[in-house]
Amino acid sequence: MPQAYRSVEITVNGLTYNRQVEPRRLLSDFLREDLDLRGTHVGCEHGICGACTVLMNGYTVRSCLMFAVQANGAEITTIEGLAKNGKLHPLQEAFWENHGLQCGFCTPGFLLSACELLERNPDPTEEEVRVGLSGNMCRCTGYQGIVESVLAAASKMKAQK
Amino acid sequence: MKPPKFDYFDPTTVEEALDLLKEYGEDAKILAGGQSLVPLLNFRLARPQVLVDINRIKDLDYVRENNGTLAIGAMTRQRTLETSEIIRSKCGLLTDAAELIGHPQIRNRGTVGGSLVHADPTAELAAIAKALDAQMKIRSSEGERTVAAKDFFVTVMTTVLEPSEMLVEVEFPALAPSAGWAFEEFVLRHGDFAVVGVTTVVTLDAKQTCTELRLAAIGVDETPFRDPEIEGLLQGQKITDSLLDELAARVSEKVDPFTDLHATAEQRKHLAGVLAKKAIKKAEEAAILNLKKES
Repeated sequence: MPQAYRSVEITVNGLTYNRQVEPRRLLSDFLREDLDLRGTHVGCEHGICGACTVLMNGYTVRSCLMFAVQANGAEITTIEGLAKNGKLHPLQEAFWENHGLQCGFCTPGFLLSACELLERNPDPTEEEVRVGLSGNMCRCTGYQGIVESVLAAASKMKAQK
Repeated sequence: MKPPKFDYFDPTTVEEALDLLKEYGEDAKILAGGQSLVPLLNFRLARPQVLVDINRIKDLDYVRENNGTLAIGAMTRQRTLETSEIIRSKCGLLTDAAELIGHPQIRNRGTVGGSLVHADPTAELAAIAKALDAQMKIRSSEGERTVAAKDFFVTVMTTVLEPSEMLVEVEFPALAPSAGWAFEEFVLRHGDFAVVGVTTVVTLDAKQTCTELRLAAIGVDETPFRDPEIEGLLQGQKITDSLLDELAARVSEKVDPFTDLHATAEQRKHLAGVLAKKAIKKAEEAAILNLKKES
């Protein structure tokens, strides 16, 4: 018989959480409502806007298109997990310095997409950044500042290596 | 904007999944990558009583080479199309077309089998399957059958799959080392659903005469469009601009598109011809380069 609730063990930003979830609980709602991690933003809830992007086992996923039960056993990184010991991630710094955000709603998704992009391709061209971030929408700054931020972070991160 | 209630199963073997499909029949829906199904659930456009999540079936995620063909397990992520060396070397069209499928986040979850079964009329993988005569391996608890891509797609979002059946593997032919290919799309924004797309594989002989043309178009009919007469136009011919113009005119004439908010039927007809010519030219150039590499 199927169960009305399922036990899940999900590691988010290094902390392991055990919870009971309804199978229909979206991963985005699990993070926001059950774990109180409200940095993952929910825009469209149908996989268009990219605001809810998180990393699952190192790969970006749209958390509104997954059920929490499917992340059982997985490691998730949300925006709350990017800064370490009070120090911003180089991408976060670069967004700050290069006007990579205005209202900030889309920013968590952009940052996590950019994390994966730079992980796969540490030295991207502007074109590659634009293609790599094509799954995220911004409705206020436009994309210029965001693209510049990612390029700036890439050179900063390269210099630190 | 939240999914309705459903009974959830996450089997770890194909056999368990098939038993569930047999038991629940039309009340069950398979959940693969979820990039199309979950939006439908969130909007409550789909309200299946039972979801059979096949993401924990590890045996369906593989890429194998068998005697000149490339077998891809149904749960292989679309991202694998971009990263797999076997796919790149045996059927590079899949590698090159992968970046046209949605966005990185979509391809990390979306699966090869899921896209084919969903049968969106603008799905790139459906066009490639049709153009290359891919073979679909289908299982149910009663047995197995193989269906050619040309018979697999029935209409918009409908395939020959019965409720008790599941697509388990797709077999693509390996492309000849001297072949060239292209996938050209007209799309409003990168990663969106294509308005019209054309994929083609051109094979040339040593004299650069076309020995085979394969061509499929999406966004112009309920299922991917392919026409043997059009493909025959270049057979045994040197590819010239005037021949391509003739071919493009035939494509525009023969496709039977629909009008929606993105484009009228007339625009789609025009685009199909333009993209066919563009794709063939690009594929021909690639084939010439490959010929040079070979010799």
